Amino acid sequence: MAFELPALKWAANSLEPGISAKTLEFHYGKHHQGYINNLNKLILGTAFENATLEEIIMKAEGGIFNNGAQVWNHSFYWDCIKPGGSVLPEGDFSKAINRDFGSFDVFVEKFSAACAGLFGSGWVWLAKNQNGKLEIIQESNAGNPLRQGKTPLLTCDVWEHAYYLDKQNRRPDYVLDFLKIVDWQTVANRY
Amino acid sequence: MLNKKLNELIFPQLNYEYSALEPYIDAQTMELHYSKHHQGYFTNLLNAVKDTELENKSLLEIFENISNLPVAIRNNGGGHFNHSLFWNIMSPDGKRAPSGELLKAIEKDFGSFDQFKSKFEDAAKTRFGSGWAWLSVKKDKSLCVCSSANQDNPLMDVSECKAMPILGLDVWEHAYYLKYQNRRPDYVNNFWNVADWDVIENNYKLALNSI
Repeated sequence: MAFELPALKWAANSLEPGISAKTLEFHYGKHHQGYINNLNKLILGTAFENATLEEIIMKAEGGIFNNGAQVWNHSFYWDCIKPGGSVLPEGDFSKAINRDFGSFDVFVEKFSAACAGLFGSGWVWLAKNQNGKLEIIQESNAGNPLRQGKTPLLTCDVWEHAYYLDKQNRRPDYVLDFLKIVDWQTVANRY
Repeated sequence: MLNKKLNELIFPQLNYEYSALEPYIDAQTMELHYSKHHQGYFTNLLNAVKDTELENKSLLEIFENISNLPVAIRNNGGGHFNHSLFWNIMSPDGKRAPSGELLKAIEKDFGSFDQFKSKFEDAAKTRFGSGWAWLSVKKDKSLCVCSSANQDNPLMDVSECKAMPILGLDVWEHAYYLKYQNRRPDYVNNFWNVADWDVIENNYKLALNSI
């Protein structure tokens, strides 16, 4: 069955000024759609023709992995953010942040540094490992923590296409704005 | 540049205005690419080697041993060399096709100039993520086309196609996103309008002499 572009839950201009409607027009309308189109073509006649995205991420290599993981990663990214963001709820997740990073502020500092420091294209993840511990993970290109058996909770796309129209070379400014629109309620629910 | 000690390197001048490669590469992209991205790699490279024994090594020596060095040297050393080559092999009014010995070599190794272009374009368009496409001269003096990830290049010991690069095309999104957005293929196809084959031919001669 062919994969389809999931609908955004908010208007394309509603993340401004942090992420512009123009960036979304390309990021969602061209890049995300492009990965879906590529994936649908690549899986035809292969063992992955009827596979789920998760199966593709776990088992595929090369173009099928790259496009399949990029489809999943972008859908997940859109679900990590919303206009205005939401406050970190009190509960098990916030306790785990304090337990594993010391405080929410330290987590933000480390996550931001991981975003600024990822060289080239990729994704920075907050994930829960097999022991329930939270980890910040840098992945190049289409990488996804599912592949290592970890549960993604939050991701920031640091491919240049995610911010170049808005911030050009200033990736840290993009990360700062990204963190203002994270939907922490959704992230906590995943935990 | 490849043989100079790192502590003697200077940030290279651009031989043309930021707007000189319009409409194929826009002035804003050139300015950011040269004065922010390239300058950043250059500064980070110097900072990474400062007061270490590496500052007395050359880029060539460093690339040949890159797998044993800190990743900052690989990323920023590659970033500095790759961009320096890139600016040099473009011009607003150069020769737009090879001739002479380089043309003969291209015809011998790829069939024709068009077949070479198509192979090079393919390498540039299919590199997933950030990276570069290259035309290089191998030790046996034959030509090869390949691509590399991020700021790696064919001079590095980690390269799958060890050779002397004479032409490089930057396919990081920062090289084309303001003008072409997701349309990398258009940027790659348009690159031939600014590639300077006088310079590339000279790079070919220098490469042959260095083998």
